[in-house]
Amino acid sequence: MKYEQEEQVMSGLSGDARRVKSLCFVKFAEILLLESIITETQKRISNAFDVFDHECNKTVDVREIGTIILSLGCFPSEAELHDIIAELEDEEPAGFVRYEKFLPTMTKILLEHKFRPITEDLLLQAFKVLDPQKNGHLEPEELTKYLTQEGESFTQEEIDEMLSAAVDPDKNVILYKDFVSMMTFDDTR
Amino acid sequence: MGCGVTKSTQLQLKPCNRGNISVPAATAMRAALLIQRWYRQYVARLEMRRRCTWNIFQSIEYSGQQDHIKLYNFFGYLMDHFSSANSQRNLVSHMFGDSDLFLDMEWERHVCYKEIEVPDIYTGPHLFFPLTISNVTELVDAFKNKQKLHARYVLQLLGKTWTLLRLMPNISHVCTCKHKEITICGDLHGHLEDLLLIFYKNGFPSAETPYVFNGDFVDRGKESIEILLVLFAFLLLYPHDVHLNRGNHEDHIVNLRYGFTKEVLGKYQVHGKMILKLLQKIFSWLPLATVIDQKVLILHGGISDKTDLNVIAKLERHRFVSALRPLKRRGASARQKDAALEPDGDDELSAGRRRVQSLTHGTPLRFRPEFPRHSVHSESGRTGRSVEQELRERRRLAGLSLSSDSDPAQVLETDADEWKQIVDVLWSDPMSQNGCVPNEVRGGGCYWGPDVSQEVLDRHKLQLLIRSHECKQEGYEFCHNGRVLTIFSASNYYDVGSNRGAYIRLGPDLIPHFKQFQSSRSTRELTLRQSVGRTELSALQALRMQLFTHKSALIHEFQEYDPQCTGVISVKHWAAAVEKVLRLGLPWRVLRSQLVTSSTQDGQGTLDYHHWVNQLSVIQPSTEIANTSLLETLYKHHSNLESIFRMIDTDHSGLISFEEFRQTWKLLSSHLQMDISDKAISDLAESIDFNKDGSIDINEFMEAFRLVEHSRAETEAPPSPE
Repeated sequence: MKYEQEEQVMSGLSGDARRVKSLCFVKFAEILLLESIITETQKRISNAFDVFDHECNKTVDVREIGTIILSLGCFPSEAELHDIIAELEDEEPAGFVRYEKFLPTMTKILLEHKFRPITEDLLLQAFKVLDPQKNGHLEPEELTKYLTQEGESFTQEEIDEMLSAAVDPDKNVILYKDFVSMMTFDDTR
Repeated sequence: MGCGVTKSTQLQLKPCNRGNISVPAATAMRAALLIQRWYRQYVARLEMRRRCTWNIFQSIEYSGQQDHIKLYNFFGYLMDHFSSANSQRNLVSHMFGDSDLFLDMEWERHVCYKEIEVPDIYTGPHLFFPLTISNVTELVDAFKNKQKLHARYVLQLLGKTWTLLRLMPNISHVCTCKHKEITICGDLHGHLEDLLLIFYKNGFPSAETPYVFNGDFVDRGKESIEILLVLFAFLLLYPHDVHLNRGNHEDHIVNLRYGFTKEVLGKYQVHGKMILKLLQKIFSWLPLATVIDQKVLILHGGISDKTDLNVIAKLERHRFVSALRPLKRRGASARQKDAALEPDGDDELSAGRRRVQSLTHGTPLRFRPEFPRHSVHSESGRTGRSVEQELRERRRLAGLSLSSDSDPAQVLETDADEWKQIVDVLWSDPMSQNGCVPNEVRGGGCYWGPDVSQEVLDRHKLQLLIRSHECKQEGYEFCHNGRVLTIFSASNYYDVGSNRGAYIRLGPDLIPHFKQFQSSRSTRELTLRQSVGRTELSALQALRMQLFTHKSALIHEFQEYDPQCTGVISVKHWAAAVEKVLRLGLPWRVLRSQLVTSSTQDGQGTLDYHHWVNQLSVIQPSTEIANTSLLETLYKHHSNLESIFRMIDTDHSGLISFEEFRQTWKLLSSHLQMDISDKAISDLAESIDFNKDGSIDINEFMEAFRLVEHSRAETEAPPSPE
């Protein structure tokens, strides 16, 4: 009904006014689209939250929040993650995070695309950078050195786990191109 | 760290002697940061998938358990509400009556293993009593080589175990005073391989290596009887250094459903029933808890706000043959039959569900005096009375004062208290919120919170509660601010790669040290990614089976959302309908991508549900049944059906008569409030063709309905990781 009224109004307007009106239409459509994106996003957040909400009371152990945030597709650094978690905890941290706090914070993060995804290409680039001689592979100890000493260091467990998947058992090196393809294949599941 | 403890590879890190081109520091750091960030995100997504998979398995497991208890409660309801002229009640009555038929004295006579001869061709292990350590190690080796212990020795061993257990208190007290470390193991569930792995890593039980086994030795795994025999053998060898706590699966009613009964009858076809009867006794005589140094409490399930160790210490544990079943009344006259305590409210048919709740929690009790049918006292006078009224009435009738010890009503009240204490100990689970509520997910025991842990432990001057009962990914888990510790020793419990097992070493400092393990070489070598992928596939398969068995109900629900019969509904409605039917509490929208292929849905977020449901039918029974809706019903309730069969088959012959079979159906259909016509049943009988001697072999019958995966299902599944 609204549209019909608009139509009538439109037909009686001058050129400029009509342009303004179409801009309004576009805006309106954008808002609808945005709303549906927000709803979809919030559903995703809600689903992910529920997986860890063991007692179905809309709370999640704070130690699992990091997993939830990351699994929703963002790539914050450890430092950024700590900040988010600090913000989510209650005044008196009781060890859990409530959904009513989590939802708005997470919605904002996702909609603002705050933490840009790391694409396959970008990842491959990072590996290549560590291989200036362009051997096409990296030695396990080299990668270990970089990842446990630089940046936001890996723990022993993390590096062990990564190497167990990354190291080619025959050649004892990391064929990083294959590794990256294999890992990113999982995204399509 | 011994065989198969962690999945990490121990790399030999060579000194780095790469060439002269080095990476500028800043660049290296940026690259490292990127890789780290990406990898952590990847691991998180993997963890999400693993958790989802876990939830699937767990909810199917608990829903099955809840189902079982509902069924059992339904029988109790039948017992209490139908007259003995009712044939259904008769069918069920001997299930309740049976196990107390044999008095202890009779058993000594009855269990005459001496008459059983061990033939010369027997190549299995021989037992000589009193047992020696070499004999027991021989036994363990024999089991390792998949040999079976002869029934004679089994009965002999069980007989001696029973004698020994009767001497033990409800709560064992142990001390680490000789600077010994005590090893504590959780659920084993028939996983002999895990037990052997523990013995390999930690040593056999002995005076220097005392052990506590915290219940659930049987069911699910295929080597439950072997585990029991090994544990009992060590118990006989070292009665002061081996401690066994009862678990909720040390219960013949539970065993009917979860595989132990079947295993024993399969392995011991002639003497199986005797073995099971003896085990019933033994289970009821297993101690309920162990306390170490008066500071650490070990029991199978957990506690409730009403838990009182003094009450537990004093009760007569062997009277509670099954934790699912309240006691028969004591001091009853000969005419008064098995009137089980009825912790229920009304006579409605929905009592089935209500009972689930009241199995554990303090709803008002109602006693139904068991008068002969032609008595003056009518049924109607008894409804709607509260506990207090009932008690008063009975006391008045009995002409007794309030404090009389011989007051049967008071005795009943104590029985109810004691029963609740035991059910709570065997069935409860911790939760993270404060309070104590009935455990409706399992159908027995409570969910108890950190405040209850604190209160109960402080009240008893204890510092730590060690319990089992719940499967944990890493084999162990702390909760309630470190005052409650769950330990679980059956690795790969849900499926290959699903979890590690663990055990605890506890020294005089009472600080637990954990050792983890995972049996099966192939799973140890899987990476995180591979094991998640594998378990996930298997969970999804299990889920698809569940969906398949609810086909008709699902279609019905979908149609509710599709009044115009377009055949298409939104994904949102799909998820709501599926949850309504299956009630597993799973995140269907998250699972959607794994359960719905692209051919059944379009980009607009809608789904062709007929097509989808048909896709589920990649499983079919290994037999041709004309009546497909009956088939669906059969498969859906096959666990219940099997439970009922086994309950009816009280002499454990594996055979039931056609009439009993027909009655089983009647029972099941009343429980489910469904209509199954006699004609449908006789048609079914014809298809199965068991008219040869008028009896049905239970195993054969169940085998006929085992579902077989179409090969199509395999090709449809996403490619496995490696």
